[in-house]
Amino acid sequence: MIYTDKVMDHFQNPRNVGVIKDADGVGQVGNPVCGDMMTFYVKVKDNRLADIKFQTFGCGAAIAVSSIVSEIAMGRTLEEAMQITNEIVAEQLGGLPKNKLHCSNLGADALHAAIEDYRKKQAAEKTSAPPKAEECSCPYCDGPVEGLEGACTSCHIELEECPHCHGLTKKGEEKCTQCGADLETV
Amino acid sequence: MRQVYLDHIAATPLDPQVLEAMLPFLREKFGNPQSLHSAGQEALQAIEEARSRVALLIGAGDSEVFFTASGSEANNFALKGIAAARRDKGNHIVLSAIEHQSVLHSAKSLEKSGFSTTLVPVDKTASVDPDAVRQAIRKETVLVSVILASSEVGTIEPLAEIARVCRAAGVPLHTDAVAAVGNIPVDVKELGVDALSLAADQFYGPKGSGALFVKKGLRILPIIDGGIQEGGRRAGTENVAGIVGMGKAAELARASLAERQNKMKALRDRLIDRFPQKVERVYLTGHRDQRLPHQASFCVEFIEGEGMLLSLDMKGISVSSGSACTSRALKASHVLLAMGIDHALAQGSLVFGLLESTGAEDIDYLLDVLPPIIDRLRKMSPLYTKFLEESQK
Repeated sequence: MIYTDKVMDHFQNPRNVGVIKDADGVGQVGNPVCGDMMTFYVKVKDNRLADIKFQTFGCGAAIAVSSIVSEIAMGRTLEEAMQITNEIVAEQLGGLPKNKLHCSNLGADALHAAIEDYRKKQAAEKTSAPPKAEECSCPYCDGPVEGLEGACTSCHIELEECPHCHGLTKKGEEKCTQCGADLETV
Repeated sequence: MRQVYLDHIAATPLDPQVLEAMLPFLREKFGNPQSLHSAGQEALQAIEEARSRVALLIGAGDSEVFFTASGSEANNFALKGIAAARRDKGNHIVLSAIEHQSVLHSAKSLEKSGFSTTLVPVDKTASVDPDAVRQAIRKETVLVSVILASSEVGTIEPLAEIARVCRAAGVPLHTDAVAAVGNIPVDVKELGVDALSLAADQFYGPKGSGALFVKKGLRILPIIDGGIQEGGRRAGTENVAGIVGMGKAAELARASLAERQNKMKALRDRLIDRFPQKVERVYLTGHRDQRLPHQASFCVEFIEGEGMLLSLDMKGISVSSGSACTSRALKASHVLLAMGIDHALAQGSLVFGLLESTGAEDIDYLLDVLPPIIDRLRKMSPLYTKFLEESQK
């Protein structure tokens, strides 16, 4: 047999195979052309990997690698999981054939890609969902505005929505104070 | 556990009669065929008898058969030896795109010394179009080499037609017949080839025993220099036991070829017909009818061959695959790619090579064991999940 008992065990009885429909992060590495492709799904709770699932298209080594990565990473903090390397994975499997070390040993990369996807989504949520008061603030005094039409509740300037940038601007002005669009011609 | 060996492409078992024929030459009859004493002459007589038997199997003259240490060596000898002998006539070689690595790499090696190569493409059944060979031949072409049958996809090529094309152009034709000889009738005169490679391990003979037929009158230079063996064309003390074994295997093949073929064909067709019925999205590779009687090969979509190979091995079944992961070089089979099969599908390659001893119950056992293996691997495959999602839409 070209593989260790540990590899064969994980190939025959892979842990955590599957898909997480509402995953917090998804990572995919490889492609069918080079022979191996792995998709990792993670659920994150309190900065820890609460659940991990994977799917793998590839050889016995690729399946075993994915399985053991999911096992090692389960329950770990994101920082700990990011420190799992492909070398550690190969070591945990009792070694891999030399020619498989680079192509099939992508499990850690796939997991990291899923964690990075989660982090990216987190960051995007922060920037794309700013507090409501900020979105509807008066461009002149920064005070809160109720509704898009009407006057600022703080400085009482009459406001309207710019049809170009959809920001608030002073009613009757020639140009939008937010984007500079010509309001009369728009 | 039940053991079912379906990897004829890699090796066949030694026929017990072949082993019996070989044993004396590994024991008491150890003489060197080049020695003048009786111990040597006894060995010489044995290899000459073997030569006649091999010649008879392929319809050649005794003096047209040169023993080598493998089919790969025979291919190297043909390509390099004939090209070198005809160097003054030109520097161009024509090959099919599905040649064995030993042919392709011999051509690559010749390219370093000023030769150029044209690869003739194949269609989706891996068949070479004789007309495409005709178009590839130039005035500086010194050799054409087209495989007789690919062990990977089983397709038997229209060699006789290709030979007519080559003869009309005045260019010698070599064929790699390693997968074919001993399994289908091969006659060098009927085919009209000028050189032909064969190997004993493909027809129940020993490993390390091959031969090259070179038609009388065709010049070939040795690639192993330094001795008078094989008419000065291949130096090195003869592998007497191996050669004797090849001779015996050739004799047995000749006697049982028709019977062997019919039996194999029936089992092969059982597998070819039933496997795609049992599992969806499984595709036969190679030509349906123009194929080796003992060969059946498929691509199984959405999964990779090594996983199937390992899982079958655990059930006692030995098979091979042309997937990237199962090759040491981690490259998908160039034969499958040349047929226009895409990389992902080529990864699902499975190759079955039946033996003389294979029975219908072996095929049925395989057909019981394989579908659940495919099912398990598909459930792990992101490509299969994607396919299911898309087909639901």
